[in-house]
Formats: sequence, structure tokens, C-alpha cells
Amino acid sequence: MAVSGEEAIFGDSVITTKLDSAIAWARESSMWPYIFGTACCAIEFMSVASSKFDISRFGAEVVRFSPRQADLLIIAGTISYKQAPILKRIYEQMTEPKWVVSAGACACSGGFYDNYTTLQGVDEIIPVDVYVSGCPPRPEAFLEGLIQIQKLQAKPGKYLQKRVEKEFKGKLDA
Amino acid sequence: MLKKCDDKLEFSKEENNRYILKLKDIKKAIIFLKEQQGYDFLVDITAIDYLNYKEPYPKRFAIIYLLKDKKFDNLIILKAYLDEDEIIDSITDLFKAANWSEREVWDQYGLKFKNHPNLKRILNHKEFIGHPLRKDYPITKGQLCTKTDDLMDEMTPRLKARGYENHEELMFLNLGPAHPASHGTIRTFVALEGETIVSAVSEIGYLHRGFEKSCENHTYNQIIPYTDRLNYCSAILNNIAFAHTVEGMLGVELPERGQFIRVIIGELSRVIDHLVCLAANLVDMGALTNYWYLYNPRETAYHLLSKLTGARLTNSYMRIGGITHDLYDGFEDDLKECIKDVQKGMDDSLSLIEHNRIFQDRAQNIGVVSADEAINRGWSGPNLRASGVNYDIRKVNPYYFYDTFEFDVALGSVGDVYDRMMVRFEEIRQSIKIITQAMKRLPKGDIRVADHRITLPPKKMVYSTIEGAINQFKLTYEGVKVPTGEYYRSIEAANGELGFYIASDGSGTPYRVKVRPPCFFAMSSLPDMVEGEMVADAVLDLGSLNIIAGELDR
Ligand code: SF4
Repeated sequence: MAVSGEEAIFGDSVITTKLDSAIAWARESSMWPYIFGTACCAIEFMSVASSKFDISRFGAEVVRFSPRQADLLIIAGTISYKQAPILKRIYEQMTEPKWVVSAGACACSGGFYDNYTTLQGVDEIIPVDVYVSGCPPRPEAFLEGLIQIQKLQAKPGKYLQKRVEKEFKGKLDA
Repeated sequence: MLKKCDDKLEFSKEENNRYILKLKDIKKAIIFLKEQQGYDFLVDITAIDYLNYKEPYPKRFAIIYLLKDKKFDNLIILKAYLDEDEIIDSITDLFKAANWSEREVWDQYGLKFKNHPNLKRILNHKEFIGHPLRKDYPITKGQLCTKTDDLMDEMTPRLKARGYENHEELMFLNLGPAHPASHGTIRTFVALEGETIVSAVSEIGYLHRGFEKSCENHTYNQIIPYTDRLNYCSAILNNIAFAHTVEGMLGVELPERGQFIRVIIGELSRVIDHLVCLAANLVDMGALTNYWYLYNPRETAYHLLSKLTGARLTNSYMRIGGITHDLYDGFEDDLKECIKDVQKGMDDSLSLIEHNRIFQDRAQNIGVVSADEAINRGWSGPNLRASGVNYDIRKVNPYYFYDTFEFDVALGSVGDVYDRMMVRFEEIRQSIKIITQAMKRLPKGDIRVADHRITLPPKKMVYSTIEGAINQFKLTYEGVKVPTGEYYRSIEAANGELGFYIASDGSGTPYRVKVRPPCFFAMSSLPDMVEGEMVADAVLDLGSLNIIAGELDR
């Protein structure tokens, strides 16, 4: 690429960019997921993490079991009303910037458990960035969810800022 | 049999060895059966609400006890009718297994038990109002939960019993429900002295998904996908257990080929289930390499299953009276490949751990449960066999030609974590043996019952004959009509005795379905098992019981 102006002095050894983009680029390729796996979908996530599908190809293999160290919350499984306050607390313990993937029919909408015990979608209590369909989603779909998050991340600053500023009010926030 | 009881019980006998007693006599009958007739295995306790039943019953509710004898081949069902305000005598002093079952009946139906140590909700949350399995509770009426239970109401008496009056010296810790080693969403709350657990309480229900209520609102075939999600590590075995029970009520048997396919795919599911359990167990121990060795062959099996059924995990491969479709061309080669992979993974893993001192020290004599204790707690499957009890439904009450296959029952001698794991390794081997024999003997022929009131007619018939069209329409809209009655049947699933107690009112939708989940009984013993052990051992105990939350909480 032909560079002109001051950048030309350094030749190919330096790339100039905006700080935001540089940070986004770094984050994008090293997401630390926290798996909130409750049910059958979590078993499929185990496949995503194992050698055949290998989530580390996307830089997200450092699965954290403390929400404080994670920036990607993957909800895989049915969330019951009994479970809801726990999920909310875990979400709150994560520090910004944080991202949420709701994987599987149950997490997205309650799935085929339209009954007295199942929360009809986790977005009733916490905000969600990407929804992955399937019951359970195939491992490829999980990875696609991750790629979608990476794309969102690449949008410098704006998306996240908007989301953080938008006040979310879930059913448990009352 | 109850005639022999000295107490002169009043009873009447119905079909399927079911006795109707007076509520006040139930406990007497159970004591008699346990102490004099050797019925020392409590299969399950459940209840039914007859509010909307087509014919009136003497009283609104019924409480039902299922017991098996020492040889595990005789099942007896005791039943009593009662109204909401009547109180049942608790049998927790006779069977430890009854503790959680009675709590479940209270939680779901609001029936009270006298002398129960702590009759509180178990599946639903603390703030829940009402009892969801009552027929007048609307299925979609959810109730928000805002706080988690602190469990001190259970912890304090337990600590007191161990002589801890004040708790200043102790540290309290939650293992779960969101914890990497909790294998799903199970919570164990422990009180620690140093690293030793002095007292523990388990809380379940985080994955309660209303399976039983959903069953009452779907036709029999629509329930099959729900059964997938009970023990999702071996979905097909659940499909089989449910279909097998309903087929028993209909009085039909699958053609031979159908039965053989059920054996082959069922055993393959058992293999996968054990692989996942062992892999997770070894990871908990820090032996990560084994995870890859044991997990990757499972991937081959999933590939095969998705080719066969269209889904990797939630297969829904069975139907009432049959199987969705036959094996595909080339199935046998794929299966061979898959078995080869499993064997290799198992050998690799065993070569790492079998004679490994660290593994042995870590697993031996941890979480020991004696044979009597295990029976009293209602354990079954590999966990029970690890304690040295020879109970395998495939041998005791053979179904699907299991009596014609040559295979051994793996038994442990100590009943510790080590035995429970090794029994599973051996069971994988035996399952492979069964699969190989069944493949060799696989007969040709139909895979479905020919009666088109039960299984869908072929498409050609639907489009060209009026009878076929009617069959198709009725089956799809109304479901399989199951004769009126109540029935229990079980199979040997990956985790043990997986049974269904189904009450039918003659329509295409069950009036009541109760699952007998093997995990539920294993899990109820965890608090007692871990007391006196280290925290790190508690993790192994939980893993070695193979608790699957979907089946546990339903
Ligand atoms: S979406 Fe399907 S597979 Fe996932 S947790 Fe729900 S029922 Fe299980």
C-alpha cells in the first residue's frame, strides 16, 4: 500500500490507526468466554471446545469460570425462573466491555418449554447481543455466534457505547 | 400377598399388581412388605390429581408407592386416595430414598406428610405460590424468583446434630449452581473446617423445566422430543424407555428388526453417556488428556447419529410402536469405525490411569457407599452395581432379546469413586459386545408395528385410500389412543432404572406421566457422602454419580 505524508517516513514498519480500532482488533481475537451452561446445549458447547471444532481457532478458548475475568457470556441451556437471579448476578459481575450470546431455543425464547417454570427468553432479564438458533445449535452455529460478536466488536466504539448508554430494564430490575 | 399381614389390612387388587388401600394403612403395608416380604427397594413415590378425570374418583388425589423386592423382579404398587387436607405418614424412617420424593409430592401437588424431617419445596423456587401439577394450575403461569434460598434452614439442624452450636469457626461455601465442576446447575452448600466438609446440603431444581406438566398437554408422540432432553447425554435411551412403556400399555411389541435396532442404538447411546461421564470425571481430577481421548470418539458417534437421525444430540429417533426410519446404507461400516474409535480412546485412557498411582489414590476409598445403603437410597444402574449389587434390568427383566445376548454385568466391590468409574469403563466394553452380536444377528423385516391406529400409514396409503387418510389425520391430530389404566415400566438406561408411570384416560394425551429418574435418587445421597471428606473429593463424588441435570430436575 502506498502511504504518503508522515507515515511514509517509517516505511512498512508502522501502521497508523485509531486507538479504538486497535483495541477492538486486539479484543476481537482474544475473547474470554464464560459459559453459563445449564442443559443440553452445554453438552454441544463441550464439542465446540474440543479438538474437532476447536474454538481456539477463533481465539476464544480461554474459558473462564469467573465472570470477573470474562468478557463474553455464552448462555447455553434452559434458564428457569429459579436460575434467573443467578444469571443476572453473573452478568452484573462481568466488567464492561461485555458481550452476551444467547445460544439455543431455550435461552432465546424458552424453546418448547412454554410453561410455568421456564423463563421465556433470557432477554427478559439481561441484554443480549447475538442469538443463536437451534435445539441444540450445532457446533458450527456456536462458532458463527462468536464470529458475529467479533463483527460487532470491530465496529469501533459506537455500538458498544450505544448499548452501554441505553438503559436496560429487565423483569428482575424492578 | 397383603393378606398375610397380621394387621388385617383392607385392600382391593387391580391390574398390574396394584393394591388400593386406605390412607392410614399405607405405612403399615409398607412396613410389612419391607420387613417380612423383602421389598426393600423403593422405586418411586408419586401422586395423581383426578380433578378433571372423565369419571369421578372417590377422592381428588391419589398417592402411589412403587416397591421392588430383593431380587428386583417383582414390582408392587400401593395406592391410596385422599383429599387435600388429609395427611400422609412419611416413610423416610424406612427408606432414605423417600425423603426427596415426598418433598417432590409436596412441591408439585401440595400433599402433606407427617413426620418428614424437612418438608419443603424441592423443584420449584421458594417464592412459588401454588402447586403446579395440580390440574387447576395453568401450565403457562410462571412466577418470578428474585432471591436464592440461603439454605440455612437445612444447614443449621445438620450442624447441630454434629455438635456445632455456633458457626464462627466454620466457613460456608457454595459449590454451584454456576460452577465448572457442578456438571450443570446443581448447588451444594457446604460448611468447612479447614478444607474438610463438616456438613453439606444440596439444592436442586435449577433446571426444572416442567416435563411432567408438558406431557399432560401433548400427545404421546409429541412427548418423544421432550424425553430427549431428560438425560441428554443418551437421548435415545430415554426415547426407548418412554415408547417401551406406552407400547406396554397398548399391548404391542415391535417386530424383531425394530427391537434389534433399539438394542444397537440404545447401547451406542449408553457408550456415549459413559464416555462423557468418564471424560468429565477425569477432567475434574486434573487428567485433561483423557478428556480428548474419550471425547473425540464421541464425536464419531455423534456424526453417525446425525447421519442416522438428523440430529447429533436430541435425536427423537423412536416413535410409539416403532422407529422413525430404518438404518441407512453403509451404517454397518460407520458403526464399525465408531466402535474402533471408542475402543482406541478407551485403551489410551486406561493406559494412562489404570495403573496410575495418582489416579488410584485420588479415587479409591472416596465416597464409599455400601450395598445396603445404596439400595435403601434407591440407587440403580452403574452406581448401584459399583457397590456390588447385581441389579441390571437387562438381566433381571430382559426385554428386546437381552437374554439371548452374551454379556456380563460389571460389579464393583467397594462402592467408591474408583469402582463407579471402572464399572463404567467395563460397561462400555460389554455394550460393544452386545452391539457386535446384535449387528450380526440383525434380522430383515419391518421396524414398526403394522397397526395403523398406532403408527403412521405409508404415504402411498394416505394418498390413495380413504382409510389411510383417516389414520394419518387421526394419529396426527388426536394421537395414539392408549387404553385407560395405569402402568409402570422401566428399562436399564445409562444411569440406571429409568421408568415411566403413566396414567391414561383413554385419549391421545396422557393424563399423568411420572418419570422415575435414576439421578434423583443418587443425588439425594450426595450431602451424606461428602460429609467428612475434602472439598476436592466432593467434586469427584458428584462427577462419579453422573448427575445429569435434565433428568434430575426434569
Ligand atoms: S435449546 Fe434445546 S438443546 Fe438447548 S437447552 Fe433448550 S432444549 Fe436443550
